[in-house]
Amino acid sequence: MEEELESGVVKKFLYINRRAPHGTVYAHEALEVVLIGAAFEQDVSLAFIDDGVFQLKKDQDTSEINTKNFSKIFSALEMYDVEKLYVEKESLESRGLTEDDLSVDVKVIDSSEMKKLITDSEVIFNF
Amino acid sequence: MLFGILVNEGPYQHQASDSAYLFAKAAIEEGHKIFRVFFYHDGVNNGTRLATPPQDDRHIPNRWSELAKEHEIDLVLCVAAAQRRGMVDPDEMKRNKKDADNIAEKFRISGLGQLIEAGVQAERLITFGD
Repeated sequence: MEEELESGVVKKFLYINRRAPHGTVYAHEALEVVLIGAAFEQDVSLAFIDDGVFQLKKDQDTSEINTKNFSKIFSALEMYDVEKLYVEKESLESRGLTEDDLSVDVKVIDSSEMKKLITDSEVIFNF
Repeated sequence: MLFGILVNEGPYQHQASDSAYLFAKAAIEEGHKIFRVFFYHDGVNNGTRLATPPQDDRHIPNRWSELAKEHEIDLVLCVAAAQRRGMVDPDEMKRNKKDADNIAEKFRISGLGQLIEAGVQAERLITFGD
């Protein structure tokens, strides 16, 4: 597997997910980075904005589009010690979604709090 | 400053690889260092040695190879993304029993850990893509 870092450096990593889960591969491959990255013992947060909030939608079924239903992996993130998931309130609302539509526990924050989260992060992946 | 670079889009289709290349070149000229260039998503297609663009167009994969040769830059294609898209080096060729490899000079294929490492080690990680 991957070699682990021995530098002992811990940085604030933020993965920003802003695209719909299906239709392009970005969301799926972003999750692969999160899973591998979890082994590096960094301070990891995930943010969901814009159409990215659909990635966490409950009861996804991809059987008719022949793609992998990777949305199930979000509920396993806890086992990887990835526990800080932030969803932007405005993105949810403008898409007619509420927290009850989501498959995992998240913290809903508004856009000014999201801005602060981004500003406070050191390494940002934008998928 | 020590930079890490992430390229998320393929060559020619999208400006990302051009911008990343020009950024890397400019950074080096200004005395900065590049820790690694990591290619992800369709960005792995930048590492093919089989591209034949028209003569009056830039040769994007060769341009990366030459920059790497000149300045010892680490060019890494993500293995998972590369496998999906048919980017193959000699080791992958053997491992996955393919009849050819297609990786350009100075590129190598490795895991996503190399991207995380670039995030940790570099002072800035710059993403090029949409």
